[in-house]
Amino acid sequence: MAGPTPLAALSESTPVLDIDALIDDPGVKVIVCCGSGGVGKTTTAASLGLRAAERGRKVCVMTIDPARRLAQSMGLSQLDNTPRSVAGVDEANGGSLDAMMLDMKRTFDEIVESHSDAGRAQAILENPFYQALSTSFAGTQEYMAMEKLGQLRSAAETTGEWDLIIVDTPPSRSALDFLDAPKRLGSFLDGRLMKLLSAPARGAGKFGAKVVGASLSVVTGTLTKVIGAQVLKDLQTFVSSFDALFGGFRQRAEATYAQLQAPDTRFLVVAAPERDALREASYFVERLAGEDMPLAGLILNRVQEVPLPSLSAETALAGADRLDENGEHPLTAGMLRLHADRVQNGQRQRRLAERFSTAHPRVPAAAAPALAGDVHDLDGLREVAAALANQ
Amino acid sequence: MSTPTSAGRPATGKPRGGDWPKVRLHVVSGKGGTGKTTVAAALALALASGGGRVLLMEVEGRQGIAQLFDTPPLPYEERLVAVAPDGGEVFALAVDPEAALLEYLEMFYNMRRAGTALRKLGAVDFATTIAPGVRDVLLTGKAIEAVKRGERAGKPTYDAIVMDAPPTGRITRFLNVTSEVGGLAKVGPIKSQSDSVMGVISSPRTAVHLVTLLEEMPVQETLDGIEELRDNNLPVGAVIVNMERGPRLTPEGLREALDGTLDVDEVRAGVEAAELPRKLNVNTVTKVLMTEAAEHAERVQLEQTERDRLNAAERPIYELPEMNGGIDLGALYAMARMLREQGVA
Repeated sequence: MAGPTPLAALSESTPVLDIDALIDDPGVKVIVCCGSGGVGKTTTAASLGLRAAERGRKVCVMTIDPARRLAQSMGLSQLDNTPRSVAGVDEANGGSLDAMMLDMKRTFDEIVESHSDAGRAQAILENPFYQALSTSFAGTQEYMAMEKLGQLRSAAETTGEWDLIIVDTPPSRSALDFLDAPKRLGSFLDGRLMKLLSAPARGAGKFGAKVVGASLSVVTGTLTKVIGAQVLKDLQTFVSSFDALFGGFRQRAEATYAQLQAPDTRFLVVAAPERDALREASYFVERLAGEDMPLAGLILNRVQEVPLPSLSAETALAGADRLDENGEHPLTAGMLRLHADRVQNGQRQRRLAERFSTAHPRVPAAAAPALAGDVHDLDGLREVAAALANQ
Repeated sequence: MSTPTSAGRPATGKPRGGDWPKVRLHVVSGKGGTGKTTVAAALALALASGGGRVLLMEVEGRQGIAQLFDTPPLPYEERLVAVAPDGGEVFALAVDPEAALLEYLEMFYNMRRAGTALRKLGAVDFATTIAPGVRDVLLTGKAIEAVKRGERAGKPTYDAIVMDAPPTGRITRFLNVTSEVGGLAKVGPIKSQSDSVMGVISSPRTAVHLVTLLEEMPVQETLDGIEELRDNNLPVGAVIVNMERGPRLTPEGLREALDGTLDVDEVRAGVEAAELPRKLNVNTVTKVLMTEAAEHAERVQLEQTERDRLNAAERPIYELPEMNGGIDLGALYAMARMLREQGVA
């Protein structure tokens, strides 16, 4: 479309994020797209994957919860953890595109199965606490996304099947959840309560045993009262088998987390030009800096383009009023009001984006325009990626 | 401090008008990014206007309500955050599962000290993060407690409770506490607590409203959510369309803009008659306005498609416009007024 690129609608002082340089860089093997819910993370991951593939990278895109039609357009019909080749990709430059949807429960089950004999695995898989943990614990999806990323990464290293993995993150409200959940899960499973429940008889000497025993009776007494004896028994069974299985879930979580600090990994923070989304993006940028995780930049989706900014909202509205007063040209009057809406909306977005840039002057940004419709085919993804690459 | 106590004025208890006279608990859900917290706050204001007392609750620990009303983070305590038109009051509460559990232990078992010991051991963390359903029973249980408070004495503390609930993708599981806890606790106190919560949630005293935008993904998620709620016998309330842009052109103008048959000469004549500053080229302005009109018409058409899909779900639909200046207190009151005008309260 003619007119300024979406990025030009943002602050002039914002450094430009060179998308093509990022996705072409052979030293970059993993790109993680983070951001709060509803900002277009999945679309961003998919469009960057497509562009990278068509520029010659062998790409695997892992999505978490794509919109139905977007998933269909990529040939994803089921949550099955298996990367499949996406049809319709231009492979002339030697690249390829595979895509998969994360099945968190299955990923968790596989971890259990691969770390224990069949009998014990079965006991864990059937325990109601395990079932709850693997399907509804608030951090499981985030943790399993990281696990899966680790698996894809090692598969890529051994088979050479992919040289770039792009990950979408779970649709949590806060972008930080992705980073925090695995630690929470790890420290929880490895926590004092778990130790107490799993090994009531194990005490450090006589005195220690006494203290532990006293605490335990408070705990079990209370838990029995509140949740019932059967539940407590299920819980203890779960904890002891799980503890034996991992002997340190926290370590595993920490190792998985550490992968995100690898030098070949880059983060993209995705946001829409809205107050809440940019606030989340800000938190995330600060957190990445604190954790030494390399931030590639900010992707700003759904930016309102303003063609002809020299026709200001005030001027357009004054013109529309003049036409209305004279009772003529209602069509043009409506169009001028439409333009005024657009300018005002664009200005509001620009103010928000500028506020972000002021707080994070060194974070480069790329923007994609607000489209009239949703993206649900490869052409739409190509268009988004081209806009992000400023082309 | 302005915490409503049993000694305070009871809720009006007067029969409420509007589309939801029987509903005491309004659960507001929606896809991320649809403005669910804003709509929940506007709904609370709408329900309170005219002298009601409403509790606005959030359950996800994000302090969205405090940000919206521009107040310091809310403690685990009911606080007056806004006065509604004609004397109503909106109280707000950020429910913290840990605090709710300790309160629960104290209320039902007189076990605050045990609660503290449990917290030290990580048991509270356990119960509120992993034990399936326990967290949700605590959060929904707090809402039900607020619904029932004062009822027995015939003086309910609140006329209505509005809950800013988890997003559409998780709402059924969140509300369906019995089946979640059921797999775990077949008998016992948690089970009876969840049964009592369910008794209110699956009754006509509750309505689950879903906030959406007129875009494909949020609408699809809304329709899926309605189906899921119905399958689980949970009471579906209204669909609230947020950030609606509304057509700026007449139906005829929209049609022509879509077909590309707008009369260029007429538009240009209008631009000339509008007497814009001379530095603006009339032809350029005309061309830009035509392009913008075509894009607008395309969007309006897509919105209509989505609106038709929502209509097929046969639920009441309320529409709120995009607030061009962003969301501030003034915008919240304006949205509350619009909800009232559309019959919410």
